[in-house]
Amino acid sequence: MMTFSSPHTPSLAQAPGLPSRAGLGLKNQHFVEVLETSPDIGFFEVHAENYMVAGGPFHHYLGLIRAQYPLSLHGVGLSIGGEGPLNREHLARLATLIERYQPQSFSEHLAWSSHGPVFLNDLLPLAYDAATLGRVCEHVDQVQSTLKRPMLLENPSTYLQFQRSTLDETDFISEIIRRTGCGLLLDVNNVYVSCINHQRNALSYIDSLPLHAVGEIHLAGFAEDTDSLGDRLLIDDHGAPINNAVWQLYEQVLARIGPVPTLIERDNQVPAFSVLLAEAQHARRYLSQVIA
Amino acid sequence: MSLQHAFASALLAPDQTCPEGLFSSNGADPASRFAVYRNNIHSSLIDALAAAYPVTLQLVGDEFFRAMASLFVQAFPPTGPVISEYGGTFSDFIQGFEPAASVPYLADVARLERLRVRAYHAADSQTLDQQAVLETLQRQTELGALRLQLHPSLATLNSAYAVVAVWAAHQTEGAIATLNPWYAQGALVLRQGLAVKVIAIDSGSVAFINSLNHGAGLEMAVAHALEASADFDLHQCLTLLITHSAITHLHQEQKVSP
Repeated sequence: MMTFSSPHTPSLAQAPGLPSRAGLGLKNQHFVEVLETSPDIGFFEVHAENYMVAGGPFHHYLGLIRAQYPLSLHGVGLSIGGEGPLNREHLARLATLIERYQPQSFSEHLAWSSHGPVFLNDLLPLAYDAATLGRVCEHVDQVQSTLKRPMLLENPSTYLQFQRSTLDETDFISEIIRRTGCGLLLDVNNVYVSCINHQRNALSYIDSLPLHAVGEIHLAGFAEDTDSLGDRLLIDDHGAPINNAVWQLYEQVLARIGPVPTLIERDNQVPAFSVLLAEAQHARRYLSQVIA
Repeated sequence: MSLQHAFASALLAPDQTCPEGLFSSNGADPASRFAVYRNNIHSSLIDALAAAYPVTLQLVGDEFFRAMASLFVQAFPPTGPVISEYGGTFSDFIQGFEPAASVPYLADVARLERLRVRAYHAADSQTLDQQAVLETLQRQTELGALRLQLHPSLATLNSAYAVVAVWAAHQTEGAIATLNPWYAQGALVLRQGLAVKVIAIDSGSVAFINSLNHGAGLEMAVAHALEASADFDLHQCLTLLITHSAITHLHQEQKVSP
């Protein structure tokens, strides 16, 4: 039997919402270290789809870690922007996970990933027009009524635009939030990546969003490529430390809205836990500089 | 054709097509940016297969594996968002993949690795205490009608090759000592506690365990095992199941009234 001494009380794990602190994405290679060291972290976030398995170590460890920490459940496969109806089986599995782990937050992406019987395993871009807007709002309504809780919707990172789009991305997002009452998961790295890729000013993009609705911030690293003109093409790969430009943008967001639950995401080339902890510590310094 | 249909078709197409109606704000060729999505999908799925089939990868090398996985991804993209379930038919694909024919045991090693992933994520189930199983077995007067229910993670594999020996040889660092893959071997895969175990078993034990898993009583299962191999050793096989905490229930077959 392992015994754990923890600075965290169960009441923290049972808080009604995510704390306005730095959190980390929980990777399976860090399960044991987290339990053995009880790091001082505001919350953990997991990808819902990784836990859509019957049993075994993933549930074993998540159960133990959940007992100590607030949890954010982050979906990557619901395909909210899909042309077809939402996958009811997938939605039911989400409801089961939420029932089991009682996460403080559930979030998903403004993107699509399923088409017909095929799952494309990426967050694909949407054309921003009235028809898409209506469909996304219906899907968000369906998610919120099935899960009986509000969700956060994450702004995307994109590499292309659609000629068919008639709305700005920020107007599109604002309208979803206005119509459905969902919150905004502001991914600052996505803002930076998209704004470089589409030659937009990142701060004015942020200022065009309904910042009052931000329930969580994501920070991550990107990879850098070039397009056919040799221009910078940033790729949201969650495989590197957070870029300095993204930290600066984060600081400006916090200055506008005060402290917000902030997740450090790293899904590829996952480093030692101590490296992620240091990045969370860095976010904490920014958070402590702003007054709630 | 809908916008997403065109997008999805182009993502999975073998040639580097780019759908209509896309642009880059700097005027760059949209195909150079569409390629990012194509690459994300292909590389993330190939990475998922590489993670699920580490020994299969070692047997053919990274370059060969990724080329083979890429063809599989294109022909059989995932049908659901739970990526741990993806690649269940990869071993069948390998079986029919001509360039891999020089490693004839490759498909069976892939089958074994798939059973390991399934065992890892299989449902939890309370197993019976080893002492309790032994006592029940000793108390039974009608042993032949006894049914053993096994852990949900448990599965077997029959191979014409030494699939467990090949797999085990790739679990440690360093040079592999002389390895003879050219004999038939069965495999038992199960999760004990949190750890997935891979154990070499004979064809009689494979038949016995499969028979139990299909709901047969002990007598019937033993008959099936002896059909498969006259050398089947019931005592040894039961000991294996008991020491690996593989038995979750013991109960008498329901007698059908005449």
